[in-house]
Amino acid sequence: MDITLTLNGKKITDQIDPDLTLFDFLRSHNCFSVKCGCETSNCGLCTVFFDDTPVLSCSVLAARASGHKITTLEGLQDEAKEFVGFIADQGADQCGFCNPGFVMNTIALLRENPDPTDDEIRQYLSGNLCRCSGYEGQLRGIRSFLDSRKNK
Amino acid sequence: MEHKNYNAINKSVRKKDAMQLLLGKPVYTKDIAPENALVVKLLRSPHANAIVNTIDTKVAKLVPGVVDIFTWEDVPDNRFTNAGQTYPEPSPYDRLIIDRHVRFVGDVVAIVAAENEKAAKKALSLIKVSYDVLEAVLDFRKAKDSNILVHPEDNWVAPIDVGGSNKRNLVASEQSEHGDVDGVLADCDIVIDRTYHTKAFNQAMMETFRTYTSYDRYGRLHVISSTQIVFHVRRILSHALGIPKNMIRVEKPRIGGGFGAKQTAVSEVYPAFVTMKTGRPAMIVFTREESQIAGSPRHEMEVRVKLGANKNGKIRVLDLYTLSNSGAYGEHGPTTVGLSGHKSIPMYTGSLEAHRFNYDVVYTNTMAAGAYRGYGATQGIFALESAVNELAENLNMDPTVIREMNMLKEGMVMPAYYNEIASACALDKCLAHCKEMFDWDKKYPVRDMGNGKVRCAGIGMAMQGSCISNLDVGSATVKLNDDGTYTLMIGAADMGTGCDTILAQMVAECMDCSVDDVTVFGADTDASPYDSGSYASSTTYITGKAVEKACTDLKKRMCSIAAGLMDCNEDEVIFDEGKLRRINTEQSVTITDVGNKSQLNNDIVPQASASHSSPVSPPPYMVGMVEIELDKLTGEVTVLDYMAVVDCGIPINPALARIQAEGGIVQGIGHTLFENITNDSKGRPIESSLMQYRLPTRLDMGNLKVEFEHSYEPTGPFGAKSIGEIVINTPAPALAHAIYRATGVWHRELPITPEQIALGK
Repeated sequence: MDITLTLNGKKITDQIDPDLTLFDFLRSHNCFSVKCGCETSNCGLCTVFFDDTPVLSCSVLAARASGHKITTLEGLQDEAKEFVGFIADQGADQCGFCNPGFVMNTIALLRENPDPTDDEIRQYLSGNLCRCSGYEGQLRGIRSFLDSRKNK
Repeated sequence: MEHKNYNAINKSVRKKDAMQLLLGKPVYTKDIAPENALVVKLLRSPHANAIVNTIDTKVAKLVPGVVDIFTWEDVPDNRFTNAGQTYPEPSPYDRLIIDRHVRFVGDVVAIVAAENEKAAKKALSLIKVSYDVLEAVLDFRKAKDSNILVHPEDNWVAPIDVGGSNKRNLVASEQSEHGDVDGVLADCDIVIDRTYHTKAFNQAMMETFRTYTSYDRYGRLHVISSTQIVFHVRRILSHALGIPKNMIRVEKPRIGGGFGAKQTAVSEVYPAFVTMKTGRPAMIVFTREESQIAGSPRHEMEVRVKLGANKNGKIRVLDLYTLSNSGAYGEHGPTTVGLSGHKSIPMYTGSLEAHRFNYDVVYTNTMAAGAYRGYGATQGIFALESAVNELAENLNMDPTVIREMNMLKEGMVMPAYYNEIASACALDKCLAHCKEMFDWDKKYPVRDMGNGKVRCAGIGMAMQGSCISNLDVGSATVKLNDDGTYTLMIGAADMGTGCDTILAQMVAECMDCSVDDVTVFGADTDASPYDSGSYASSTTYITGKAVEKACTDLKKRMCSIAAGLMDCNEDEVIFDEGKLRRINTEQSVTITDVGNKSQLNNDIVPQASASHSSPVSPPPYMVGMVEIELDKLTGEVTVLDYMAVVDCGIPINPALARIQAEGGIVQGIGHTLFENITNDSKGRPIESSLMQYRLPTRLDMGNLKVEFEHSYEPTGPFGAKSIGEIVINTPAPALAHAIYRATGVWHRELPITPEQIALGK
């Protein structure tokens, strides 16, 4: 079947199998930031924006994206650069495999709620698993980004 | 301990790859593998113990896109081990690439190679197999000398005698004793005799096992794999495939976590075999289910502790027996078990008069175990630290006081640790520091919150090692570039821990330059100097020391080149604030001058390599304390605060050391409260997805606080020891202790779920 969608700001048309997941579609379009950690919607690694809502791309059919706007981390480099340095300063990137999904969902959080409390951050990102960092360093990174933004 | 001011170490610099990772760049195995690689899928056994009677691939091979299918009839008959260990490996040679005798649910029956994933999956469903199903040995307590043999074959080989015999389902066994254990036990006022059980927990690194293989331009097998052990993988593949080592090149890109899982060559052999057979590039990516049911998890262990003490709390004797379940294959079986005793008992060297440590490691028809952060110490420490807490509660003593009375202190000889001397040990300071930071005296008493909930605290201590003494080899090559920067080449594998960065910090410290002026390359068997790999908490301590040595040599070479430029003797040249100066003169040249000169009419190579091994394995130490709130009705445990103090010598990068500690603590909380591994009555694994295997989320760990106590290890680089593994060891005993304080029930099996707490058994 044919689909037309806007991927990272660019309109594209493609012929796909009806059972193709959005995850596989995105990787075949060189969006390598999108990672798979579980196949069962439990890890948050494959988070992308469907229009402006974060979704798990392993659990969305590519066909559903037709006529919609899909954004991956490849399309949000500037917005991500604003705060990921603060995560790096904590060393909380670690193996990095969960980073793109975590970064995408953090961007979604900060768009929705520009000044979240620690508990709101934990709650919003609770579906983004990380096996390396123990989460606390990621929280410290986001907190120091928010603090630096306030002090500007 | 005070340290001098360093230029580059003991500084929290960013990881060299941080921005690439955080911005989602294509740096992992699957991101860089070409699209035309064949998709490799494995047909896995539904039976725990069976012989493949017939296997028919004819119909499956007709699926459009299927390139070939391989079965037991197609593979070499030489047995090998997948364990990433130094040759000759302690692990038995008990595997074939595909064995007609399948030994656990998930064992490989066929390899499918196809042009795409759909075709490969379709083919899997069309392969017809008939099995002669055999009775399985599933309970590791009944495995030793069972009449059901997991490995009855005659070509089973143990490269080293570790007390194993395939005719007894025994991978390894040993007895050791120091002092008159039975005599002291008989003389003690109190003997705590308890048995503790831990499961085959999965590392569950976010990137599952995966490997890409192709032939390079010289016709050699080129392997790009998510591995901690490039050199061991080369040897394992050479052995398994029957091709010379020099015809194989193994490299690792960025790795999405390992925690020891990737210290076993779990996925490499299958695409390598496909490339060998078809001549085409091939790629395997394990699904999460495959990683869960056919990975290389922690060894399930049952540890019986007999602890003899006096009424005043003096611990006089320890007698441990560990039964370890290696599963269907013996990877890391003979070695993990040793740590359950060798890295628990020495913590009580302060008062111990005698100790005994015996073990058996058995085969069963369950998933083969491997290496997982902590490597047996985690299991032994849960047992011993719980027994010490049981002693304290029995004697009505504060468990921190009982530890102060008995613990290892700096300078002591450790009879239970190969008679090594605790040359750098701040365990006592860690305890005092943690007690104060945590406010132990206030939090230890049980506090009824009046709403069905109670708050209370628990404690655990831990040790680990830093390398495998007299065995591990770390190496580094450092070279000067013509722009005055350096390239560090290593065979150690940064799996997210940041070893590329901390080793670069050491170069920067030695060469008195910026960390940004050090490029790190690794790991690649064609170009890296030999390194055992990143495991056994060895990289900082062993490879770090090799970096120091290589830098010392490189400096000499640079002084020689500089001497030529300044027309003086090389022993007149010194490194001085980023320049090479002729001593007692103002004459100097820059590093760049030396770099440029090295490329012009020069016969001194501005490059040095060094290897390092150590006769000792200095333990890091740690104390962890947890405060929980427990709901007496539902059994739910909420972790409120987890505080810990670690002595890793000196942290080379305090931010990264802290993250290691925090990450390890959360993994430990996971296997204590949520993660479980069980099989049904036929040996089929239950927790085969992350839906069932519940990893801790950021709502499960409370507030973490980690601080450091410094010691100075004279044999380590800049006084450093290790950090990577020890950090997972304290949560299990500390949480089990706190749960006892809340409920009056000791839980001696992990995980401790709300259901078990509510049922109170």
